[in-house]
Amino acid sequence: MTDDGAPVGRRIVLGLLAVGATGVLTGHRVQNALARALAPLENRDPTGLLSLLPLGAAFRYYSVTGSVPRRGRDDYRLTVSGLVARTTEYTIADLEALPRTDLVRDFQCVTGWRVPEVPWSGVALSVLLDRANPMPTATAVRFRSFDGTYTESLTMEQARRADVIVALRMLDAPVTHDHGGPVRMYAAPMYGYKSTKWLEAIEVTDRAEPGYWERRGYDIDGYIEQS
Amino acid sequence: MTTDLPRFTRAVRLVHRTTAVLMLTCIGTAAILYNHPLAILVGHRHLVELVHVYSGLALPLPLLLGLASAAYRADLRRLNRFSAADWRWLRSRTRRDGTIRVGKFNAGQKLNAALSAGAILVLFGTGTLMYFTGLAPLAWRTGSTFVHDWFALAVGLLVFGHISFALRDAQARFGMRHGHVSRDWARAEHTDWAEEFTE
Repeated sequence: MTDDGAPVGRRIVLGLLAVGATGVLTGHRVQNALARALAPLENRDPTGLLSLLPLGAAFRYYSVTGSVPRRGRDDYRLTVSGLVARTTEYTIADLEALPRTDLVRDFQCVTGWRVPEVPWSGVALSVLLDRANPMPTATAVRFRSFDGTYTESLTMEQARRADVIVALRMLDAPVTHDHGGPVRMYAAPMYGYKSTKWLEAIEVTDRAEPGYWERRGYDIDGYIEQS
Repeated sequence: MTTDLPRFTRAVRLVHRTTAVLMLTCIGTAAILYNHPLAILVGHRHLVELVHVYSGLALPLPLLLGLASAAYRADLRRLNRFSAADWRWLRSRTRRDGTIRVGKFNAGQKLNAALSAGAILVLFGTGTLMYFTGLAPLAWRTGSTFVHDWFALAVGLLVFGHISFALRDAQARFGMRHGHVSRDWARAEHTDWAEEFTE
């Protein structure tokens, strides 16, 4: 064997492992700093070029079905039904006429990525629940998506929080199709999977059923852990 | 004498082939998971995610199973060792002209092997923390996502470079596909290695 010399290959492998481990332990700080600095740029970058770099501030777009039909002002309807005294159907204009809630809150994915300080705007879910007048047996709320597959649930107590809204606007514009528009949920204190995209129906029920990702392993309790 | 020289044994080629398939699957699915228009176009996030995660979890396996083969271990030993000539080769602007004699692997190949192996292990570890969300606190998952994203980008460039070098050298590709290379090619590209067969 003529090849000899220092075991540099092994050193490179061990060095990369050390860099990786350091990054896991400290990366959230770097990520948060980067995200905070770049989010305003990245979420409005018309070229989309910034999102090709993993700078950490950008949304990642989740869809669990093949394709989701597009709905706009003309054909969008949201129904609130189930264990309620009054089943109601809303158009976008109906929702816009209701008292508005504005929030500026982070979007946190359970896998780790976060978009800080996103402006959200819509109707508090509690407003819609009050108008529907739930029966005494109602203890939970189920969300259905017009993607035809996605479902989520919140307990009645969670659903009535002031920071759980039916969002009509995010990032200072109407919710885009790719973000789950024209109307989506936003449950501010919880991981993103609790915020149903392409919201079509809200059903008041007597038990919180596991939703799409929860049947695939995520906790039904979706509160973001303090870190 | 124009007989070919044996370059890679069946076991080594099998490790290379399975690693390549798993790596390309990881890269393809990663593109769908990460790229916004692709993510919306393809959808089916859970399925894509499963394919990505299991290809990723399997990725180190062929590299480890290969250790059963003596020829693979010998190739690893050669890849591991950087001689003084290797450092000169890396710094040289005329490294391909043959004045710096190269063994079975040139220093670029050694560097690629080490960087790939290290990066695969880091991606494996961070990916595990991201997928099994109960294993680590949220801050670590955020750190893992950060590391996974940047390492993935780096590995993407590494694989791109690896493939473009291979595309420029039909004999090198032939060697990895069939296990042997022409003596002339070996003398030109891997002089010291070619001479091991004439001693």
